[in-house]
Amino acid sequence: MHELKVNGKVQEIDADPGTPLLWVIREQLGLTGTKFGCGIARCGACTVHVDGEPVRSCSFTVAAASGKEITTIEGLSPDRSHPLQQAWIAEQVPQCGYCQSGMLMTAAALLKARPAPTDEEIDFAMTNLCRCGTYARVRKAIKRASGTTAT
Amino acid sequence: MRLKLSTGPWAAVLGGSVLIGPLLLQIGSEPGPALAAPADARDAGLRAFDQVALVLRHPRCLNCHTTTNFPGQGDDRHPHVNLVRRGLDDRGVPGMRCATCHQSEENLASGVPGRPNWRLAPLSMGWEGLSDSELCRAFKDQRRNGGRSPEALAEHLRSDALVSYGWNPGGSRTPVPVPREEVARLMDVWVHAGAPCPR
Repeated sequence: MHELKVNGKVQEIDADPGTPLLWVIREQLGLTGTKFGCGIARCGACTVHVDGEPVRSCSFTVAAASGKEITTIEGLSPDRSHPLQQAWIAEQVPQCGYCQSGMLMTAAALLKARPAPTDEEIDFAMTNLCRCGTYARVRKAIKRASGTTAT
Repeated sequence: MRLKLSTGPWAAVLGGSVLIGPLLLQIGSEPGPALAAPADARDAGLRAFDQVALVLRHPRCLNCHTTTNFPGQGDDRHPHVNLVRRGLDDRGVPGMRCATCHQSEENLASGVPGRPNWRLAPLSMGWEGLSDSELCRAFKDQRRNGGRSPEALAEHLRSDALVSYGWNPGGSRTPVPVPREEVARLMDVWVHAGAPCPR
């Protein structure tokens, strides 16, 4: 049995120690905002925060998550009021939307460490893949959320 | 040598005793180990370092013991995919840390390798493009190697958890070419020889 704190709520999880955290989040807790993309920690669609740091949950075992604080897209804000969520809506960032929860969680980790990131810092942090090619709008929304954009 | 000793001043001083002959023979033909060890040990140490250098230069080590601002990846040492960067603390940049993907052990679901403390070696420990001599001097320079004595370097190669990745990298990755126990033995030879470096 693994004890995880997910979005502020303690959860007892019965799963094999090697089970990816992603499956626990989606299948056992029903939090389906976090997506499965590549399964090899490459695309970033499954990004969540573990103790405040971004982690690709397809490549993170439930055993490693035990005792840690997990934040998923559902826990980023209770009412979609996080500055990034607001900026995402304002800039119409998503196209198909599949990668966007991972994008948002990475961007949230970036802004926590760098409240006013440069273009370069955004490019090196936002390694998430988007098949719709929303990268330019992602960057614009991050700048809007950080208050560093003039447009 | 033997002839010279037995007919030179030594022979005169010792007065031609019949017991002296075998003694002179022994001294002349087989110098004592104390006389010969330093040069032999140095050669053995240099030969040992040649083998250790094969490990230090292997992609499993060099990909993170790099002089670049990003880790390498694969046996062809291409830049790590997805624009991975070294960052100020050698552990990635905000939003994209080494630990975003690499945990304390290999992840069997994703195939992503892992070991405790996954990170790049500091820039001072980058070894690309160095000659044998430069590599050896960089390796043992305590101002550049994290303050490690030769003995500590041997221990680093023998037992460090992150270094262990090189011998058991998982997946289809090529392990370093010399077994770890053999590297430990070679390091002991090098250390006991006074950690010599090629010129």
